[in-house]
Amino acid sequence: MNAVQTAINPPATAAFDVERIRADFPILQLKIDGKPLVYLDNAASSQMPQPVIDRLVRYQTTQHANIHRAVHYLSETATFEYEEARRKLQHFINAREDREVIFTSGTTDAINLVMHGYGRKFIKAGDEIILTTLEHHSNIVPWQMLAEETGAVIRVAPINDAGELLIDEYEKLFNARTQFVGLIHVSNVLGSINPVKHMIAFAHAHGVPVLVDGAQAVPHMQVDVQDLDCDFYAFSGHKLCGPTGIGILYGRAALLEKMQPFKGGGDMILSVTFEKTTYNTIPHKFEAGTPPIAAAIGLGAAVDYLSAIGMDMIAAHELDLLSYATEQMNHMPGVRIIGTARDKASVISFAVDGVHPHDIGTLLNQEGVAVRTGHHCAQPVMQRFKVPATSRASFAFYNSMAEVDALIAGIRSVQKVFA
Amino acid sequence: MADYKALYQEVILDHNRKPRNFGTIEHASHHAVGHNPLCGDHINVTLNLAGECIDCVAFQGESCAICKASASMMTVAVKGKTRVDAETLIQEFLAMATGKLDLGSPNHIGRLAVFAGVCDLPTRVKCAILPWHTLHAAFNSVASTSTEAEDDPMHAPIGNA
Repeated sequence: MNAVQTAINPPATAAFDVERIRADFPILQLKIDGKPLVYLDNAASSQMPQPVIDRLVRYQTTQHANIHRAVHYLSETATFEYEEARRKLQHFINAREDREVIFTSGTTDAINLVMHGYGRKFIKAGDEIILTTLEHHSNIVPWQMLAEETGAVIRVAPINDAGELLIDEYEKLFNARTQFVGLIHVSNVLGSINPVKHMIAFAHAHGVPVLVDGAQAVPHMQVDVQDLDCDFYAFSGHKLCGPTGIGILYGRAALLEKMQPFKGGGDMILSVTFEKTTYNTIPHKFEAGTPPIAAAIGLGAAVDYLSAIGMDMIAAHELDLLSYATEQMNHMPGVRIIGTARDKASVISFAVDGVHPHDIGTLLNQEGVAVRTGHHCAQPVMQRFKVPATSRASFAFYNSMAEVDALIAGIRSVQKVFA
Repeated sequence: MADYKALYQEVILDHNRKPRNFGTIEHASHHAVGHNPLCGDHINVTLNLAGECIDCVAFQGESCAICKASASMMTVAVKGKTRVDAETLIQEFLAMATGKLDLGSPNHIGRLAVFAGVCDLPTRVKCAILPWHTLHAAFNSVASTSTEAEDDPMHAPIGNA
Protein backbone atom coordinates (compact mmCIF):
# COMPACT_ATOMS: atom_id res chain seq x y z
CA MET A 1 0.00 0.00 0.00
CA ASN A 2 2.90 2.32 0.78
CA ALA A 3 4.38 1.60 -2.60
CA VAL A 4 1.10 2.64 -4.20
CA GLN A 5 0.99 5.86 -2.26
CA THR A 6 4.52 6.73 -3.27
CA ALA A 7 3.72 5.98 -6.87
CA ILE A 8 0.68 8.19 -7.02
CA ASN A 9 2.17 11.35 -5.59
CA PRO A 10 4.23 12.62 -8.51
CA PRO A 11 5.95 15.98 -8.17
CA ALA A 12 3.72 17.36 -10.94
CA THR A 13 1.06 18.18 -8.36
CA ALA A 14 3.40 19.37 -5.64
CA ALA A 15 2.23 22.96 -6.22
CA PHE A 16 -1.40 21.89 -5.85
CA ASP A 17 -2.35 22.48 -2.21
CA VAL A 18 -5.60 20.61 -1.75
CA GLU A 19 -5.97 21.68 1.90
CA ARG A 20 -5.80 25.35 0.91
CA ILE A 21 -8.43 24.72 -1.77
CA ARG A 22 -10.66 22.80 0.64
CA ALA A 23 -10.65 25.79 2.96
CA ASP A 24 -12.51 27.71 0.23
CA PHE A 25 -15.49 25.31 0.43
CA PRO A 26 -17.46 25.89 3.64
CA ILE A 27 -19.70 22.85 3.08
CA LEU A 28 -16.71 20.52 3.27
CA GLN A 29 -16.48 21.32 6.98
CA LEU A 30 -19.82 19.59 7.63
CA LYS A 31 -20.07 16.54 9.81
CA ILE A 32 -22.56 13.81 8.87
CA ASP A 33 -23.69 11.95 11.96
CA GLY A 34 -20.46 13.01 13.66
CA LYS A 35 -18.24 11.93 10.77
CA PRO A 36 -16.49 14.38 8.43
CA LEU A 37 -18.34 14.73 5.13
CA VAL A 38 -16.56 12.94 2.30
CA TYR A 39 -18.35 14.32 -0.74
CA LEU A 40 -17.85 12.02 -3.72
CA ASP A 41 -21.00 12.85 -5.68
CA ASN A 42 -19.46 15.61 -7.73
CA ALA A 43 -20.68 14.24 -11.05
CA ALA A 44 -24.21 14.89 -9.83
CA SER A 45 -23.45 18.35 -8.50
CA SER A 46 -20.31 20.05 -7.26
CA GLN A 47 -19.96 22.27 -4.20
CA MET A 48 -19.58 26.03 -4.24
CA PRO A 49 -16.47 27.90 -3.06
CA GLN A 50 -16.72 31.01 -0.88
CA PRO A 51 -15.75 33.45 -3.68
CA VAL A 52 -18.79 32.29 -5.71
CA ILE A 53 -21.07 32.46 -2.68
CA ASP A 54 -19.71 35.97 -1.99
CA ARG A 55 -20.31 37.00 -5.60
CA LEU A 56 -23.97 35.94 -5.35
CA VAL A 57 -24.34 37.91 -2.14
CA ARG A 58 -22.67 41.00 -3.66
CA TYR A 59 -24.95 40.81 -6.70
CA GLN A 60 -28.11 40.49 -4.64
CA THR A 61 -26.93 43.09 -2.16
CA THR A 62 -25.75 45.82 -4.51
CA GLN A 63 -26.36 45.06 -8.19
CA HIS A 64 -29.72 43.43 -8.80
CA ALA A 65 -32.34 44.65 -11.27
CA ASN A 66 -33.79 43.23 -14.46
CA ILE A 67 -31.47 43.29 -17.46
CA HIS A 68 -31.68 44.66 -21.03
CA ARG A 69 -34.66 46.83 -20.07
CA ALA A 70 -34.46 49.99 -18.02
CA VAL A 71 -32.02 52.88 -18.18
CA HIS A 72 -31.49 53.21 -14.46
CA TYR A 73 -28.23 52.47 -12.65
CA LEU A 74 -29.06 49.05 -11.26
CA SER A 75 -30.43 47.74 -14.54
CA GLU A 76 -27.34 48.92 -16.37
CA THR A 77 -25.09 47.38 -13.72
CA ALA A 78 -26.92 44.05 -13.76
CA THR A 79 -26.89 44.02 -17.57
CA PHE A 80 -23.15 44.73 -17.63
CA GLU A 81 -22.38 42.01 -15.08
CA TYR A 82 -24.61 39.49 -16.86
CA GLU A 83 -22.95 40.16 -20.20
CA GLU A 84 -19.55 40.16 -18.49
CA ALA A 85 -20.36 36.66 -17.19
CA ARG A 86 -21.15 35.65 -20.78
CA ARG A 87 -17.71 36.89 -21.85
CA LYS A 88 -16.05 34.97 -19.00
CA LEU A 89 -17.76 31.80 -20.21
CA GLN A 90 -16.80 32.60 -23.79
CA HIS A 91 -13.12 32.77 -22.81
CA PHE A 92 -13.41 29.70 -20.57
CA ILE A 93 -14.39 27.50 -23.52
CA ASN A 94 -12.59 29.64 -26.11
CA ALA A 95 -15.64 30.50 -28.23
CA ARG A 96 -14.94 32.94 -31.08
CA GLU A 97 -17.60 35.43 -30.03
CA ASP A 98 -19.67 36.09 -26.94
CA ARG A 99 -22.89 35.87 -28.96
CA GLU A 100 -22.16 32.16 -29.45
CA VAL A 101 -22.68 31.62 -25.71
CA ILE A 102 -26.32 31.19 -24.72
CA PHE A 103 -27.41 31.04 -21.11
CA THR A 104 -29.79 28.14 -20.52
CA SER A 105 -31.07 26.56 -17.34
CA GLY A 106 -28.62 23.68 -17.73
CA THR A 107 -27.39 20.96 -20.06
CA THR A 108 -30.84 19.43 -20.49
CA ASP A 109 -32.32 22.80 -21.43
CA ALA A 110 -29.42 23.44 -23.83
CA ILE A 111 -29.95 20.14 -25.64
CA ASN A 112 -33.69 20.74 -25.81
CA LEU A 113 -32.97 24.15 -27.30
CA VAL A 114 -30.97 22.52 -30.10
CA MET A 115 -33.64 19.87 -30.63
CA HIS A 116 -36.37 22.50 -30.97
CA GLY A 117 -34.34 25.23 -32.64
CA TYR A 118 -32.33 23.13 -35.06
CA GLY A 119 -33.90 19.65 -35.07
CA ARG A 120 -37.50 20.64 -35.65
CA LYS A 121 -36.48 22.99 -38.44
CA PHE A 122 -33.94 20.87 -40.31
CA ILE A 123 -34.51 17.19 -39.46
CA LYS A 124 -37.18 15.42 -41.52
CA ALA A 125 -38.80 11.99 -41.85
CA GLY A 126 -36.26 9.29 -42.67
CA ASP A 127 -33.31 11.42 -41.58
CA GLU A 128 -30.93 9.71 -39.19
CA ILE A 129 -29.59 10.97 -35.85
CA ILE A 130 -26.52 9.23 -34.44
CA LEU A 131 -26.18 8.92 -30.66
CA THR A 132 -24.02 6.64 -28.49
CA THR A 133 -24.74 4.00 -25.85
CA LEU A 134 -23.01 6.25 -23.31
CA GLU A 135 -25.52 9.11 -23.58
CA HIS A 136 -27.25 10.51 -20.53
CA HIS A 137 -31.05 10.47 -20.82
CA SER A 138 -30.88 14.21 -21.50
CA ASN A 139 -29.19 13.51 -24.84
CA ILE A 140 -31.51 10.62 -25.71
CA VAL A 141 -35.04 11.62 -24.80
CA PRO A 142 -35.19 14.97 -26.69
CA TRP A 143 -34.05 13.20 -29.88
CA GLN A 144 -36.59 10.42 -29.37
CA MET A 145 -39.29 13.07 -29.01
CA LEU A 146 -38.08 14.62 -32.26
CA ALA A 147 -37.95 11.23 -34.00
CA GLU A 148 -41.51 10.51 -32.89
CA GLU A 149 -42.67 13.87 -34.16
CA THR A 150 -40.84 13.90 -37.48
CA GLY A 151 -40.31 10.25 -38.37
CA ALA A 152 -36.55 10.60 -38.08
CA VAL A 153 -34.55 7.52 -37.05
CA ILE A 154 -32.08 7.16 -34.16
CA ARG A 155 -28.93 5.09 -34.67
CA VAL A 156 -26.72 4.19 -31.71
CA ALA A 157 -22.93 3.77 -31.67
CA PRO A 158 -21.98 0.88 -29.35
CA ILE A 159 -19.24 0.51 -26.71
CA ASN A 160 -16.87 -2.30 -25.74
CA ASP A 161 -16.63 -4.02 -22.35
CA ALA A 162 -14.28 -1.33 -21.07
CA GLY A 163 -16.86 1.35 -21.79
CA GLU A 164 -15.03 2.78 -24.78
CA LEU A 165 -16.92 3.81 -27.89
CA LEU A 166 -16.33 1.58 -30.90
CA ILE A 167 -15.21 4.22 -33.34
CA ASP A 168 -15.32 1.87 -36.36
CA GLU A 169 -18.95 1.10 -35.57
CA TYR A 170 -19.69 4.80 -35.13
CA GLU A 171 -18.19 5.55 -38.53
CA LYS A 172 -20.17 2.74 -40.17
CA LEU A 173 -23.43 4.39 -39.06
CA PHE A 174 -22.95 7.31 -41.44
CA ASN A 175 -24.85 7.36 -44.70
CA ALA A 176 -26.62 9.85 -46.96
CA ARG A 177 -29.54 10.10 -44.50
CA THR A 178 -27.38 11.07 -41.50
CA GLN A 179 -28.36 14.58 -40.46
CA PHE A 180 -27.21 15.01 -36.88
CA VAL A 181 -24.85 13.61 -34.24
CA GLY A 182 -25.21 13.86 -30.45
CA LEU A 183 -22.14 12.81 -28.43
CA ILE A 184 -21.39 12.71 -24.74
CA HIS A 185 -17.87 14.04 -24.13
CA VAL A 186 -17.30 12.23 -20.82
CA SER A 187 -19.59 9.43 -19.60
CA ASN A 188 -21.30 10.38 -16.35
CA VAL A 189 -21.46 6.71 -15.34
CA LEU A 190 -18.16 5.25 -16.49
CA GLY A 191 -15.92 8.30 -16.79
CA SER A 192 -14.88 7.30 -20.33
CA ILE A 193 -13.49 10.29 -22.23
CA ASN A 194 -14.63 9.95 -25.80
CA PRO A 195 -12.43 10.98 -28.75
CA VAL A 196 -14.91 13.66 -29.70
CA LYS A 197 -12.48 15.72 -31.77
CA HIS A 198 -11.93 12.82 -34.15
CA MET A 199 -15.64 11.96 -34.13
CA ILE A 200 -16.59 15.53 -34.95
CA ALA A 201 -14.10 15.69 -37.82
CA PHE A 202 -15.54 12.44 -39.20
CA ALA A 203 -19.10 13.79 -38.99
CA HIS A 204 -18.05 17.04 -40.66
CA ALA A 205 -16.46 15.09 -43.48
CA HIS A 206 -20.02 13.86 -44.10
CA GLY A 207 -21.46 17.35 -43.72
CA VAL A 208 -23.19 16.46 -40.45
CA PRO A 209 -23.35 18.88 -37.47
CA VAL A 210 -22.44 17.62 -34.00
CA LEU A 211 -23.73 18.48 -30.55
CA VAL A 212 -21.45 17.55 -27.65
CA ASP A 213 -22.89 17.00 -24.18
CA GLY A 214 -20.03 18.35 -22.11
CA ALA A 215 -21.69 18.30 -18.68
CA GLN A 216 -19.10 15.89 -17.29
CA ALA A 217 -16.14 17.16 -19.32
CA VAL A 218 -16.00 20.86 -18.54
CA PRO A 219 -15.46 20.33 -14.78
CA HIS A 220 -12.46 18.08 -15.40
CA MET A 221 -10.48 19.47 -18.32
CA GLN A 222 -9.76 22.49 -20.46
CA VAL A 223 -12.41 22.48 -23.19
CA ASP A 224 -11.73 24.48 -26.34
CA VAL A 225 -14.76 24.53 -28.62
CA GLN A 226 -12.76 25.93 -31.53
CA ASP A 227 -10.18 23.18 -31.22
CA LEU A 228 -12.91 20.53 -30.98
CA ASP A 229 -14.65 22.25 -33.92
CA CYS A 230 -18.03 21.17 -32.51
CA ASP A 231 -21.23 22.85 -33.70
CA PHE A 232 -22.92 22.81 -30.30
CA TYR A 233 -21.51 22.25 -26.83
CA ALA A 234 -23.77 22.01 -23.77
CA PHE A 235 -22.88 22.05 -20.07
CA SER A 236 -24.23 22.91 -16.61
CA GLY A 237 -23.15 25.49 -14.06
CA HIS A 238 -23.84 23.47 -10.94
CA LYS A 239 -21.33 20.78 -11.87
CA LEU A 240 -18.76 23.54 -12.26
CA CYS A 241 -18.85 25.03 -8.75
CA GLY A 242 -21.60 27.40 -9.89
CA PRO A 243 -25.27 27.70 -8.94
CA THR A 244 -28.08 25.42 -10.12
CA GLY A 245 -30.50 26.72 -12.75
CA ILE A 246 -27.80 27.97 -15.10
CA GLY A 247 -26.04 26.29 -17.99
CA ILE A 248 -24.47 27.06 -21.31
CA LEU A 249 -25.16 26.24 -24.89
CA TYR A 250 -22.29 27.13 -27.15
CA GLY A 251 -23.39 27.21 -30.78
CA ARG A 252 -21.63 28.18 -33.97
CA ALA A 253 -22.99 31.65 -34.82
CA ALA A 254 -23.93 30.73 -38.39
CA LEU A 255 -26.02 27.80 -37.13
CA LEU A 256 -27.63 29.73 -34.29
CA GLU A 257 -28.71 32.39 -36.75
CA LYS A 258 -30.43 29.82 -38.98
CA MET A 259 -32.28 28.25 -36.08
CA GLN A 260 -35.78 29.00 -34.88
CA PRO A 261 -36.29 30.25 -31.31
CA PHE A 262 -37.03 27.67 -28.64
CA LYS A 263 -39.14 29.78 -26.30
CA GLY A 264 -41.09 32.91 -27.14
CA GLY A 265 -41.43 35.94 -24.89
CA GLY A 266 -39.74 39.10 -23.75
CA ASP A 267 -36.10 39.91 -24.53
CA MET A 268 -36.02 37.52 -27.51
CA ILE A 269 -37.74 40.00 -29.85
CA LEU A 270 -36.85 43.14 -31.77
CA SER A 271 -40.45 44.15 -32.47
CA VAL A 272 -43.86 42.68 -31.85
CA THR A 273 -47.19 43.46 -33.48
CA PHE A 274 -50.16 41.11 -33.56
CA GLU A 275 -49.37 40.55 -37.24
CA LYS A 276 -45.67 39.80 -36.96
CA THR A 277 -42.78 39.44 -34.52
CA THR A 278 -39.18 40.07 -35.49
CA TYR A 279 -36.79 38.03 -33.40
CA ASN A 280 -33.83 39.50 -31.63
CA THR A 281 -30.26 38.72 -32.68
CA ILE A 282 -28.30 35.88 -31.10
CA PRO A 283 -27.78 35.11 -28.28
CA HIS A 284 -30.89 37.01 -27.10
CA LYS A 285 -33.14 35.18 -29.58
CA PHE A 286 -32.69 32.14 -27.33
CA GLU A 287 -33.03 33.85 -23.96
CA ALA A 288 -36.73 34.58 -23.65
CA GLY A 289 -37.96 36.07 -20.40
CA THR A 290 -35.94 37.20 -17.41
CA PRO A 291 -32.96 34.85 -17.17
CA PRO A 292 -31.39 33.62 -13.91
CA ILE A 293 -29.20 36.71 -13.72
CA ALA A 294 -27.62 35.99 -10.35
CA ALA A 295 -26.88 32.39 -11.34
CA ALA A 296 -25.21 33.53 -14.57
CA ILE A 297 -23.04 35.99 -12.67
CA GLY A 298 -22.28 33.31 -10.10
CA LEU A 299 -21.20 30.96 -12.88
CA GLY A 300 -18.94 33.69 -14.19
CA ALA A 301 -17.30 33.86 -10.75
CA ALA A 302 -17.02 30.06 -10.69
CA VAL A 303 -15.07 29.90 -13.95
CA ASP A 304 -12.84 32.73 -12.67
CA TYR A 305 -12.16 30.62 -9.59
CA LEU A 306 -11.41 27.48 -11.63
CA SER A 307 -9.23 29.40 -14.08
CA ALA A 308 -7.22 30.89 -11.22
CA ILE A 309 -6.42 27.36 -10.00
CA GLY A 310 -5.88 26.23 -13.58
CA MET A 311 -7.81 23.49 -15.35
CA ASP A 312 -4.51 21.67 -16.02
CA MET A 313 -3.74 21.57 -12.29
CA ILE A 314 -7.29 20.40 -11.62
CA ALA A 315 -7.01 17.66 -14.23
CA ALA A 316 -3.65 16.50 -12.86
CA HIS A 317 -4.88 16.30 -9.25
CA GLU A 318 -8.07 14.49 -10.29
CA LEU A 319 -6.02 12.00 -12.29
CA ASP A 320 -3.99 11.30 -9.14
CA LEU A 321 -7.21 10.71 -7.20
CA LEU A 322 -8.54 8.45 -9.95
CA SER A 323 -5.32 6.43 -10.20
CA TYR A 324 -5.06 6.02 -6.45
CA ALA A 325 -8.71 5.00 -6.02
CA THR A 326 -8.57 2.66 -9.03
CA GLU A 327 -5.41 1.00 -7.73
CA GLN A 328 -6.94 0.52 -4.29
CA MET A 329 -10.23 -0.85 -5.59
CA ASN A 330 -8.53 -3.19 -8.03
CA HIS A 331 -6.90 -4.85 -5.03
CA MET A 332 -10.15 -5.34 -3.12
CA PRO A 333 -11.65 -8.83 -3.43
CA GLY A 334 -15.31 -8.68 -4.36
CA VAL A 335 -15.09 -5.14 -5.75
CA ARG A 336 -15.41 -4.60 -9.48
CA ILE A 337 -14.95 -1.32 -11.32
CA ILE A 338 -17.44 -0.87 -14.16
CA GLY A 339 -15.85 1.23 -16.87
CA THR A 340 -12.15 0.74 -17.47
CA ALA A 341 -11.57 2.97 -20.47
CA ARG A 342 -7.93 3.91 -21.08
CA ASP A 343 -8.90 7.55 -21.13
CA LYS A 344 -11.00 8.33 -18.05
CA ALA A 345 -12.15 11.26 -15.99
CA SER A 346 -12.30 10.95 -12.19
CA VAL A 347 -15.52 8.95 -12.07
CA ILE A 348 -15.63 5.38 -10.77
CA SER A 349 -18.71 3.20 -11.03
CA PHE A 350 -18.34 0.05 -9.03
CA ALA A 351 -20.13 -3.07 -7.85
CA VAL A 352 -19.56 -5.00 -4.63
CA ASP A 353 -20.32 -8.72 -4.82
CA GLY A 354 -23.49 -9.63 -2.98
CA VAL A 355 -24.37 -6.06 -2.03
CA HIS A 356 -26.98 -3.97 -3.79
CA PRO A 357 -25.87 -0.40 -4.68
CA HIS A 358 -28.60 1.11 -2.51
CA ASP A 359 -27.33 -0.75 0.53
CA ILE A 360 -23.80 0.43 -0.30
CA GLY A 361 -25.05 4.02 -0.54
CA THR A 362 -26.90 3.92 2.78
CA LEU A 363 -24.03 2.25 4.62
CA LEU A 364 -21.38 4.58 3.14
CA ASN A 365 -23.52 7.52 4.20
CA GLN A 366 -23.25 6.15 7.72
CA GLU A 367 -19.49 6.74 7.39
CA GLY A 368 -20.05 10.26 6.08
CA VAL A 369 -19.22 9.20 2.51
CA ALA A 370 -21.61 10.55 -0.14
CA VAL A 371 -21.75 8.51 -3.36
CA ARG A 372 -24.45 8.21 -5.97
CA THR A 373 -26.31 4.95 -6.40
CA GLY A 374 -28.79 4.08 -9.10
CA HIS A 375 -28.92 4.11 -12.88
CA HIS A 376 -27.42 7.61 -13.16
CA CYS A 377 -29.96 8.67 -15.80
CA ALA A 378 -28.18 6.37 -18.23
CA GLN A 379 -30.24 3.20 -18.38
CA PRO A 380 -28.77 2.07 -21.74
CA VAL A 381 -25.35 1.92 -20.04
CA MET A 382 -26.84 -0.21 -17.25
CA GLN A 383 -28.41 -2.51 -19.84
CA ARG A 384 -25.09 -2.79 -21.68
CA PHE A 385 -23.34 -3.98 -18.50
CA LYS A 386 -26.37 -6.05 -17.41
CA VAL A 387 -26.64 -4.35 -14.00
CA PRO A 388 -29.77 -2.65 -12.61
CA ALA A 389 -27.70 0.05 -10.93
CA THR A 390 -24.18 0.91 -9.80
CA SER A 391 -22.54 2.86 -7.03
CA ARG A 392 -20.53 5.80 -8.29
CA ALA A 393 -17.78 7.78 -6.64
CA SER A 394 -16.97 10.93 -8.57
CA PHE A 395 -14.05 13.11 -7.51
CA ALA A 396 -13.53 16.84 -7.75
CA PHE A 397 -10.29 18.78 -7.43
CA TYR A 398 -11.12 19.55 -3.78
CA ASN A 399 -11.15 15.89 -2.84
CA SER A 400 -8.08 14.55 -1.04
CA MET A 401 -6.21 11.27 -0.99
CA ALA A 402 -7.44 10.85 2.60
CA GLU A 403 -10.99 10.94 1.25
CA VAL A 404 -10.15 8.12 -1.16
CA ASP A 405 -8.95 6.20 1.89
CA ALA A 406 -12.27 6.96 3.62
CA LEU A 407 -14.14 5.56 0.62
CA ILE A 408 -12.04 2.40 0.61
CA ALA A 409 -12.47 1.94 4.37
CA GLY A 410 -16.21 2.54 3.91
CA ILE A 411 -16.47 -0.16 1.23
CA ARG A 412 -14.59 -2.55 3.54
CA SER A 413 -17.08 -1.88 6.32
CA VAL A 414 -19.96 -2.50 3.90
CA GLN A 415 -18.40 -5.85 3.01
CA LYS A 416 -18.08 -6.64 6.70
CA VAL A 417 -21.79 -5.98 7.32
CA PHE A 418 -22.72 -8.28 4.45
CA ALA A 419 -20.04 -10.93 5.14
CA MET B 1 -29.96 11.90 12.74
CA ALA B 2 -31.30 8.47 11.84
CA ASP B 3 -29.70 5.44 13.39
CA TYR B 4 -28.79 3.78 10.11
CA LYS B 5 -27.12 0.88 11.81
CA ALA B 6 -30.46 -0.03 13.37
CA LEU B 7 -31.82 -0.73 9.91
CA TYR B 8 -29.14 -3.25 9.00
CA GLN B 9 -29.88 -5.48 11.97
CA GLU B 10 -28.91 -9.14 12.01
CA VAL B 11 -32.48 -10.25 11.34
CA ILE B 12 -32.61 -8.19 8.12
CA LEU B 13 -29.16 -9.33 7.03
CA ASP B 14 -30.16 -12.93 7.75
CA HIS B 15 -33.32 -12.71 5.63
CA ASN B 16 -31.25 -11.09 2.88
CA ARG B 17 -28.72 -13.94 2.97
CA LYS B 18 -31.26 -16.72 3.32
CA PRO B 19 -34.58 -15.42 2.01
CA ARG B 20 -37.58 -17.51 3.10
CA ASN B 21 -40.21 -18.60 0.59
CA PHE B 22 -37.94 -17.55 -2.28
CA GLY B 23 -39.20 -18.76 -5.64
CA THR B 24 -42.48 -18.92 -7.51
CA ILE B 25 -45.61 -20.97 -6.96
CA GLU B 26 -46.79 -22.78 -10.06
CA HIS B 27 -50.45 -22.28 -10.91
CA ALA B 28 -50.74 -19.56 -8.29
CA SER B 29 -54.22 -18.16 -7.81
CA HIS B 30 -52.82 -14.63 -7.44
CA HIS B 31 -49.63 -12.98 -8.62
CA ALA B 32 -48.15 -9.56 -9.32
CA VAL B 33 -44.80 -8.02 -10.24
CA GLY B 34 -43.68 -4.86 -8.50
CA HIS B 35 -41.12 -2.46 -9.95
CA ASN B 36 -39.12 0.36 -8.48
CA PRO B 37 -38.05 2.22 -11.63
CA LEU B 38 -35.79 4.49 -9.59
CA CYS B 39 -33.35 1.64 -8.98
CA GLY B 40 -34.51 -1.07 -11.38
CA ASP B 41 -35.52 -3.43 -8.58
CA HIS B 42 -38.36 -5.85 -9.18
CA ILE B 43 -40.22 -8.34 -7.03
CA ASN B 44 -42.53 -11.12 -8.19
CA VAL B 45 -45.10 -12.27 -5.63
CA THR B 46 -47.16 -15.43 -6.14
CA LEU B 47 -49.70 -16.88 -3.74
CA ASN B 48 -52.49 -19.39 -3.45
CA LEU B 49 -55.67 -18.57 -1.62
CA ALA B 50 -57.53 -21.52 -0.16
CA GLY B 51 -60.87 -19.93 0.44
CA GLU B 52 -59.93 -16.72 2.23
CA CYS B 53 -56.73 -18.15 3.71
CA ILE B 54 -53.23 -17.71 2.26
CA ASP B 55 -52.23 -21.31 1.71
CA CYS B 56 -48.78 -20.53 0.36
CA VAL B 57 -46.90 -17.44 -0.75
CA ALA B 58 -43.54 -16.90 -2.42
CA PHE B 59 -41.45 -14.12 -3.87
CA GLN B 60 -38.63 -13.80 -6.33
CA GLY B 61 -36.69 -10.91 -7.77
CA GLU B 62 -33.64 -8.75 -7.76
CA SER B 63 -33.39 -6.09 -5.12
CA CYS B 64 -31.45 -4.51 -2.29
CA ALA B 65 -31.16 -6.10 1.14
CA ILE B 66 -33.93 -3.95 2.61
CA CYS B 67 -36.38 -4.95 -0.10
CA LYS B 68 -35.42 -8.61 -0.09
CA ALA B 69 -35.58 -8.93 3.69
CA SER B 70 -38.89 -7.08 3.74
CA ALA B 71 -40.29 -9.50 1.14
CA SER B 72 -38.93 -12.53 2.95
CA MET B 73 -40.34 -11.46 6.33
CA MET B 74 -43.61 -10.51 4.67
CA THR B 75 -44.11 -14.01 3.29
CA VAL B 76 -43.40 -15.48 6.71
CA ALA B 77 -45.82 -13.04 8.35
CA VAL B 78 -48.78 -13.51 6.01
CA LYS B 79 -48.56 -17.26 5.35
CA GLY B 80 -51.62 -18.91 6.90
CA LYS B 81 -53.33 -15.56 7.50
CA THR B 82 -56.65 -14.61 5.97
CA ARG B 83 -56.62 -12.12 3.16
CA VAL B 84 -58.32 -9.56 5.39
CA ASP B 85 -55.68 -9.96 8.11
CA ALA B 86 -52.94 -9.70 5.51
CA GLU B 87 -54.44 -6.47 4.15
CA THR B 88 -54.50 -5.09 7.70
CA LEU B 89 -50.83 -5.95 8.07
CA ILE B 90 -50.05 -4.30 4.71
CA GLN B 91 -51.71 -1.13 5.96
CA GLU B 92 -49.81 -1.24 9.21
CA PHE B 93 -46.48 -1.89 7.51
CA LEU B 94 -46.96 0.98 5.06
CA ALA B 95 -47.92 3.25 7.95
CA MET B 96 -44.85 2.20 9.93
CA ALA B 97 -42.49 2.67 6.97
CA THR B 98 -43.78 6.18 6.43
CA GLY B 99 -43.63 7.05 10.13
CA LYS B 100 -47.38 7.15 10.62
CA LEU B 101 -47.80 4.15 12.89
CA ASP B 102 -47.69 4.47 16.66
CA LEU B 103 -45.78 1.33 17.60
CA GLY B 104 -46.98 1.81 21.17
CA SER B 105 -50.63 1.20 20.25
CA PRO B 106 -52.02 -2.28 19.47
CA ASN B 107 -50.82 -3.60 16.11
CA HIS B 108 -49.76 -6.76 14.33
CA ILE B 109 -46.25 -5.63 13.33
CA GLY B 110 -44.30 -7.96 15.63
CA ARG B 111 -40.81 -8.74 14.28
CA LEU B 112 -41.44 -6.47 11.30
CA ALA B 113 -40.66 -3.57 13.67
CA VAL B 114 -37.02 -3.94 12.56
CA PHE B 115 -38.07 -1.90 9.51
CA ALA B 116 -39.33 1.04 11.60
CA GLY B 117 -36.04 2.91 11.09
CA VAL B 118 -36.60 3.14 7.34
CA CYS B 119 -39.00 6.06 7.84
CA ASP B 120 -35.96 8.23 8.60
CA LEU B 121 -34.45 7.36 5.20
CA PRO B 122 -36.95 8.72 2.66
CA THR B 123 -34.99 7.33 -0.28
CA ARG B 124 -35.17 3.83 1.17
CA VAL B 125 -38.86 3.75 2.16
CA LYS B 126 -39.77 2.52 -1.32
CA CYS B 127 -37.32 -0.37 -1.00
CA ALA B 128 -39.06 -1.61 2.14
CA ILE B 129 -42.62 -1.21 0.93
CA LEU B 130 -42.27 -2.58 -2.62
CA PRO B 131 -43.05 -6.20 -1.58
CA TRP B 132 -46.13 -5.04 0.35
CA HIS B 133 -47.37 -3.01 -2.61
CA THR B 134 -46.90 -6.06 -4.75
CA LEU B 135 -48.76 -8.35 -2.35
CA HIS B 136 -51.62 -5.86 -2.31
CA ALA B 137 -51.60 -5.78 -6.11
CA ALA B 138 -51.63 -9.58 -6.25
CA PHE B 139 -54.70 -9.72 -3.99
CA ASN B 140 -56.40 -7.28 -6.28
CA SER B 141 -55.34 -9.07 -9.45
CA VAL B 142 -53.24 -6.16 -10.67
CA ALA B 143 -50.63 -8.05 -12.68
CA SER B 144 -47.95 -5.42 -12.34
CA THR B 145 -47.35 -2.43 -10.11
CA SER B 146 -44.72 0.21 -9.67
CA THR B 147 -43.65 2.51 -6.88
CA GLU B 148 -44.04 5.35 -9.41
CA ALA B 149 -47.06 4.28 -11.46
CA GLU B 150 -50.26 6.26 -11.66
CA ASP B 151 -52.23 3.10 -10.99
CA ASP B 152 -49.99 2.29 -8.06
CA PRO B 153 -52.24 0.85 -5.38
CA MET B 154 -50.45 3.16 -2.95
CA HIS B 155 -52.33 5.99 -4.58
CA ALA B 156 -55.61 4.25 -3.81
CA PRO B 157 -56.71 3.65 -0.24
CA ILE B 158 -55.08 0.35 0.67
CA GLY B 159 -57.51 -2.25 1.94
CA ASN B 160 -60.58 -0.69 0.41
CA ALA B 161 -60.09 -2.24 -3.00
